[in-house]
Amino acid sequence: MQAFVTRRLLALVPTLVFASLIVFVSMRLIPGDVIDLMLAQNDLSTDHDRAAIEAALGLDQPMHVQYFRWIGGVLEGDLGRSLWQNTPVTEQLAATLPITFELGFLALIVALTVALPIGVYSALKQDTLGDYAARSFSLVMLAIPSFWLGTLVMVFPSVWWRWSPALEYTPFFEDPLNNLAHMIVPAVLLGLSLSAVTMRMTRTMMLEVLRQDYIRTARAKGLNEPLVVVRHALRNGLIPVVTLIGLQAPLLIGGAVILEQIFVVPGMGLLLLEAVFQRDYPVISGVFLVVGFGVLVINLLVDLSYGWLDPKVRHQ
Amino acid sequence: MSEVTLPAIGTPSARPAPKGLTGRLIHEKPLGAFGGAVFLLFLVCGVFAEIIAPYGLNETNMAARLLPPSAEHLFGTDHLGRDVLSRVLIGAQLSMIVGACAAALATLVSIVLGVASGYFGGRIDMLIQRFVDAWMIFPDLLLLIAVISVVGPGMTEIIIVLGLLYGIAGSRIVRGAVIAVRENAHTHAARSMGATALHILLRHILPNIMPVVIVLFTTRVGAAILTEAGLSFLGLGVPPPAPTWGGMLSGTGRTYMYLGPWLALAPGLSLTLVVYAINVYGDALRDLLDPRMRGASGFRGAR
Repeated sequence: MQAFVTRRLLALVPTLVFASLIVFVSMRLIPGDVIDLMLAQNDLSTDHDRAAIEAALGLDQPMHVQYFRWIGGVLEGDLGRSLWQNTPVTEQLAATLPITFELGFLALIVALTVALPIGVYSALKQDTLGDYAARSFSLVMLAIPSFWLGTLVMVFPSVWWRWSPALEYTPFFEDPLNNLAHMIVPAVLLGLSLSAVTMRMTRTMMLEVLRQDYIRTARAKGLNEPLVVVRHALRNGLIPVVTLIGLQAPLLIGGAVILEQIFVVPGMGLLLLEAVFQRDYPVISGVFLVVGFGVLVINLLVDLSYGWLDPKVRHQ
Repeated sequence: MSEVTLPAIGTPSARPAPKGLTGRLIHEKPLGAFGGAVFLLFLVCGVFAEIIAPYGLNETNMAARLLPPSAEHLFGTDHLGRDVLSRVLIGAQLSMIVGACAAALATLVSIVLGVASGYFGGRIDMLIQRFVDAWMIFPDLLLLIAVISVVGPGMTEIIIVLGLLYGIAGSRIVRGAVIAVRENAHTHAARSMGATALHILLRHILPNIMPVVIVLFTTRVGAAILTEAGLSFLGLGVPPPAPTWGGMLSGTGRTYMYLGPWLALAPGLSLTLVVYAINVYGDALRDLLDPRMRGASGFRGAR
């Protein structure tokens, strides 16, 4: 197990290097344009401002110097300062990350509570009407964009019943009930869109496991069906589903960006969007680093739990 | 010498002769065929949008503001008195262009990277794969938002960025297929006969990975359409006044939805329908063309 963990950690190094390059290059693709846009947007047009901004961004240095300076700062936990608010990026991230995390966590709970029972039911009743209904639901959920669903939830209850979802954010530790009342709608929408893939995967895996010999043995020795399904089949069938949760982490964050915007949740997605419209590049790269790192950690944890759940993986 | 009766090779079975792909699709995968037909319908609508549209794209009519759906305006009118149906049709055109072009570019990128990685292997493979690893930790939408914030919004920009994005992610699937074909007997035979790498690639590898490529292309069309709509919704897609489906659901239109809820229906419904159609069509195509990929769920699972 220790060798497995070491190997996994070592494999992260090149990924991290490439990831930092991707963030760096995508942010500094056309630096000249960036400054022009910043100047135009803020009615600053003198040469002096231009030089000042270039120096502040470190753009007057050659590319590789910029990269190492930036990565050096990152390693020391310094992500720079917001260009407009002049607050450290780390501070802004610390304020918004827990909110997005809460949204993602709630969404994951919703996704699993919807996907697992329906996926298992669908596999047990393969090719019945219920199975078809469940699969159709999952196909439709795959196609419905969350921003449309969000729009419908905002518009129609308000038109029909004069009810609209709460849009005011209260910190969880201040007033948990108000906080949840606000978060629950975006969390359910995000969870539903995630549940589609999880449901399909659960169904496929359960179908595969239910055909195994040991399930037949369990049934043959007279175990009752719920015990066979939960204790024997589900436990093994869920292993690949765990991996799927890791694969879905980027999807979860992408969906959070859109839903945070619709429901005015002051999380990292909203921070990113505001930064994009203000062209606040240190903030954008900061969000990117956190997201990339977060996804890597989740994938690592999933890999490790996979190795722990399935001895075959450990010894590959 | 007595005549040897040769066993008949390929005796025609009792089953009907194998039909073409379309025939098999209709026969074996009716839902997939339905999806294909719906997609085709949207494609035709997109191509002939200007001709089919009953009203001009930006034809405003203040006397006919926020009219509910009627015989004259099937999907109603918006706050400027523009016909929603006409705008949804032009929106189909934009979606189709973005979807098809981005998917085509993505497929090309996937083939180049996947073949380089899978066929040549070794250090090139190692390098490309670590890069793909790093690329895939960033959510599609975030990468798009970031790059678009640098290069600016616009249809061409979105197509190029989406193409690269999906291309890099999809290269892994092509790589897997290439590795499988590389070890085939006919590839080994060609190599031992002294065929050049280019000849092997063009004559032995590429034709054999075509099923994978076709499925990859199909799923990417849906993904690109959905992602472009999301971007336009956030105000980072094809800029107004171009009537994108995502754009019609955002911006100033949103405030009027409370007065005219039908404004929220047509664009979203079209979007869902077309993506659903491509998904079921793609799934069916995958099952028919490449049974090994079965179980990978939709475009998201295929990543």
